Formats: sequence, C-alpha cells, structure tokens
Amino acid sequence: MPLLELQDMTVAYGRIEAVRGISITVEEGELVTLIGANGAGKTTTMRAISGIRPVSRGRVVFDGKDITRMKAHLRVLEGIVQAPEGRGIFPGMTVIENLEMGSYARTFSSKAEHDETVDRVFDLFPRLAERKDQVGGTMSGGEQQMLAIGRALMARPRLLLLDEPSMGLAPMVIQQIFRIVSEINAQGTTVLLVEQNAQQALSRSDRAYVLETGEVVRTGGGRELLADPSIKEAYLGVA
Amino acid sequence: MSTSTPAPQPSSSGAPTSMPPAGRVATKDRPHGGVGDRLRLWWDALPRPTQWLVGVPFVLFMALVPILNIPVLTTVGTNFGGVMAQFGMIALIAIGLNVVVGQAGLLDLGYVGFYAIGAYTVAILTSPDSPWNQAGEGHWLGREWAWLAALPVAIAITSLSGLILGSPTLRLRGDYLAIVTLGFGEIVRLLADNLDELTGGGQGLRGVAYPRLGVTEDLPNGVFSAGNAAGTLNSGVWWYWLSLVFIVISLLFVGNLERSRVGRAWVAIREDEDAAEIMGVPTFRFKLWAFVIGASIGGVAGALYAGQVQFVIPTNFNVINSVLFLCAVVLGGQGNKLGVILGAFIIVYVPNFFLGRTELFGIPINGNEIASYRYLFFGLALVVLMIFRPQGLIPVRQKLLTYGRELYVAARRSAHVVAPRGGSDGGARPGTPAVATASGGAGGAAPVAGGPTADGPGTARSTTNEEETR
Repeated sequence: MPLLELQDMTVAYGRIEAVRGISITVEEGELVTLIGANGAGKTTTMRAISGIRPVSRGRVVFDGKDITRMKAHLRVLEGIVQAPEGRGIFPGMTVIENLEMGSYARTFSSKAEHDETVDRVFDLFPRLAERKDQVGGTMSGGEQQMLAIGRALMARPRLLLLDEPSMGLAPMVIQQIFRIVSEINAQGTTVLLVEQNAQQALSRSDRAYVLETGEVVRTGGGRELLADPSIKEAYLGVA
Repeated sequence: MSTSTPAPQPSSSGAPTSMPPAGRVATKDRPHGGVGDRLRLWWDALPRPTQWLVGVPFVLFMALVPILNIPVLTTVGTNFGGVMAQFGMIALIAIGLNVVVGQAGLLDLGYVGFYAIGAYTVAILTSPDSPWNQAGEGHWLGREWAWLAALPVAIAITSLSGLILGSPTLRLRGDYLAIVTLGFGEIVRLLADNLDELTGGGQGLRGVAYPRLGVTEDLPNGVFSAGNAAGTLNSGVWWYWLSLVFIVISLLFVGNLERSRVGRAWVAIREDEDAAEIMGVPTFRFKLWAFVIGASIGGVAGALYAGQVQFVIPTNFNVINSVLFLCAVVLGGQGNKLGVILGAFIIVYVPNFFLGRTELFGIPINGNEIASYRYLFFGLALVVLMIFRPQGLIPVRQKLLTYGRELYVAARRSAHVVAPRGGSDGGARPGTPAVATASGGAGGAAPVAGGPTADGPGTARSTTNEEETR
C-alpha cells in the first residue's frame, strides 16, 4: 500500500483547472520529485496534499485513509507536514521559536524526545544551532529555507512535502539543501519534493513525475529521466 | 529609544561586525536596543514577586492620578475625573481590540459595533424608555444592582455577536475582513437608529442604570451618578476606578492567554496564516476565539459607557470611533498590552489637555482651537509614527514572544557571562563551509524595522555583507 496516493485529482482556481486529473503515488521511504515549468501545477498539487487548497475532483489517500476533505491542520496530525514555498517561516519569531511551532500540533510525549528531535534538526542544520536566538526574518534566504525544513521536521513527519526548497538561492546553498534532503530521506522520512531545479532533484530522487499544464506527462526513475533527451531539452536547457 | 530595533539580540555573537575585536570588549555585555528594550529586559528578568511589588504601587498611583491634582497634568477645561473615566473605557477597548488586531493580526474596523452592542444591551435592559426594561422597583433586576446584573448579559450578547460576525467573515482575509467588519459597525449603528421600538431610534435611551453605591444625604443617587459632578471625588473618578478593576482583570486574563498555547497560535496566525495552518494550528478556531474575546471586552467597555453617561444614542457609535480605537492600538504598539493603554491615554488625554487652556508654560495658546483639530493631529501623528517608528510607541517584544520570562533571564545571564566571540567565527566552521556567511553580529544587530537586512550567502569572507531582497 502506498503512503500517499492521488487518484485522478483535479484542483481548480475558480473555473481554471490548475491540476487536471493527476494520479501520483508515493511509497513509504521514497524520495519522489515533481518537476515542471512555471504554471505546471506543482505548487497547487502540494497545497492540495497539505490541505490548504480544496480538491475539486478525485481523491487524496494517505496511508489507506481518504483525506480528501480533511482540514489542513488535521493532516498534520496524520503526519503530512509541508515546508512551504517561499520559505514561509514566522519572521518575528526566533529560530528556536519557529522550531517549537513545528511541533505545535504533534506535541512531544517527553522532554527527552523533544531534545532528541531538536538535536536532530541542529545536526542536519548546524547553522540553525548557531543562530537559534536570532529572529527568523533577519536571516538569509538559505538559512530561512533551512529553518522551514527544520521546522517541518520538528513535527516528525511521515511524509515531508518540500515546495521548491532551492528557490532563489545561490548554487552552493542549493547543493547543500539537496544534500540534506537526501540525508533526511536516508534517515527514513518519505519525501515529496517539488522542484524546478531538475538536475539536482532528479539525480537524488527514486522516482519523478513530470508535470505539464496540470497533467502528468512522464514518469520514471530519477536517473532514467535525467538521461532522457526530451527531458534534458525541456528542463535542463541542454539540447 | 535610540534605534528602531524591536528587540535586542543577546546571542553569544554579541556586537556588530563593524566593531574591531577590541571595541567588542569595550561594548561589554550590552546588546543593542533602545530604552524601551532595556526597560523590558530589566522588567522581564525580575522575579514574579518583585514584579508584583513594582506593579501594584504603579497601578495604585495610576488610580490616584485624578485626585492628586498634579499641576500641569490636570485638565483645566474639563473635569479631570471625567477624562480619566473616558481613558479607562478607551483603554479597555484598546486591550480588547489589541487581542484582535495586535495578537491575532485581524484588522477589525467595526469594533465600535461591539462597544455599541454592550452599551445598548445595558440600556435596553435598564432604561425606563425601553420596552424590555427590567430595572427599577418591581422589576427583575431591581434598582441598586441593575447595572451589575445587566453586565454579564451584555458580555454574553457581545460575545455571541462576535461569534455570529466571526463565523462567516473570518474565512476572509486582510482587506476583505476589514471591509466586512467596517460594514458590521455601520449595521449595528443603523439598527440602533432604525429599531425605534426597541432602541428609541435617534432619540436614544435615557435613564440607564448605574451602580447605586455610597448613597449619602448629599448624593441621593450614590457616587456613580451623574449628579456627583463637583469636587475631587466626582463620579468620573469612581467610574475610572471601576474601569481600572476591569482593566486589571482583562490584563490578567489576556496576559495568561498570551502565554498559553492560544497565544502562540495567535502569534503564528499573525505572522503567517498559511504556515500556521500547515503547522497544525486550527487557525479558524483561534481567530474566532480572538474575535469573541475581543468582542466581550468591548462589550464591558460599552456597558461602562452606558452606565456612566446614562444615555445611549446612535451617533455616539459612529465609525470614526472605530478608527479612533484603532488609532490608540497602532499608536501605542500593536500587540503590546501596556503600549495600547498608553495609546488610549494619548487619544483621550491630549485633546482634553488643550481644552480650555489659554497658556502653556507661559506661551499663550488657544487650547480649544487646538483640541478641535484633534483628528488632524492624530492623523499627522500616525503618519510621522509610521515613518519613524512603525511598530508603535511601545512595540511588542518580537523576540522570545512566546517564552517570556525564563528565556529573558537566561539571555540576560548569558549576556553577562559569555565573552563575545571574534568576528571571523563563521568563516571556517567545518560543518558548514558552503554557506559561511558573514557571521558575528551582522544579523544580531541589524535594524529590523522596515525591510529586514539579511546577510546574504556570501561565499567566504566574513566581511562580505550582501544585502538580499526577499
């Protein structure tokens, strides 16, 4: 049984269908990527999975349970946690406060568990440990992205949704973020990643879906797609 | 207030990067921050009993202000007790509105509606003009305690109206919510104006009940009656004291909420509603809570108003009042309970200060004229404030918002103990070679007010400080 299954899901903004009947599965432990150009419906798909955007047709099934109509904050309790596009940290809170907000819904059963999770986040992102009392809004773009991912990890997600973690970041930082995403996945968290940076994303994912104007046009293994000439042409800018 | 930095950064990285290492030592343990920040840091570091020891005399002093007859402070054109009573009521409103606007970040332009509902509830229940009058001899609520008995009803009805207004409208955001609430304020006023049978229409309702306490031969209606107009201990002072009681109760109530999970949820919603929702905060429920709590506090203020003036009329609940309340909140500092009380004081006191004054410190002035231009001056003051101090006179502590005292104590202690580190500590950290940003205090002492400066992901040197627009 897949961990997440989108069955013929359509998401519309008014009369415009941004996502048109896509079907996607994510197995437990996988790192799956959605790639596609601007306006392909990647972020809309993410928002529909995390529950901020209502689904107009089709179903969203998580761990065998139909969550199509479930409210966003309840999906967090199920284990679906998103690090939103454009970082979406709480700018007036400190790093540590942001992290604590991550575990707002999924509280810790013990102090030890809390400390362990915080330590894990700080291990992955030593920058955050250094700056834990700094106000989130004053940090650099890369640091904010790290904070957004770290905050999502504080909820101990079963499925981590990452929406364009590389957006607007310097190449060096992008590489580091991707390395950490792989590490998070290797530690056992299932990750669904949305990216425009196809090179990095595909080389690290188990499988990938290619979205075009709201529909899935290709699917396959990450490296397999990376080698595909048509993908190369469309998303990697190499003819 | 030397800088616009909302909070000091007592992190171990200490002073700004531009400072040479020797200078860092010289700046010692003091993180950067204005007078207000220092005051707050000092206050938050005090143990709880000491806070009470300072707080209680302060509240007592505030209570005694109207009867101490302080030379310049006391208003000349109007009864100072009356001014303070008005201040008490507006302060209560500011506290309530602050929960909605400052804490949860919901722009409510129709707050006067709740104020009106509170006032009209008391008036309808206790005015002899009203068909539903329950006060006076032979009625349910009697005569002595009618006002106090009507108060819980007023609170209940305003909470309910908050719930009714909030349930559909809190699904809207930002500007849309502001427009809908603006409409609500007008609807309440128009209802009061047009439901002649019940509210007396434009004539209003007279003879609203008030607490009949301290009845003597001179004051057959007690100290709270409008008849007690002369002397230092006039009815205004008594109403002010009564408001103070409600202010203290609301402050304790709201303060406890702020420190709880509810408060954390509000802060998260204010900062980023979508992010709050996907962190598992039931945003709609908490927004509704803020609305209902704000409404009920507004209802208390309305009840106080109706009792003091003993007369309610629709024109007293114009939309301009909503704006004035909002002005008090923004002026004082959104999100800061004490700040908004200061804002309320300024809004009420400053015009009254000028009223009837013909000279100030030897300079002849036309006080009445100045007072009549108050909206102009408030507007100007707001514009100036938004340019130089957008977070209000006493801003909310941005930092450590949710943890309060303990962390302040810790931060303060570490600021004393930990020696500031050198400026190049971030450059050669083995774990993070790729994102070695300009470290030290660049983020730590950066001005945050308008557009936060972030130290960009400079690739190597600790001296490279790129600004990144986000």
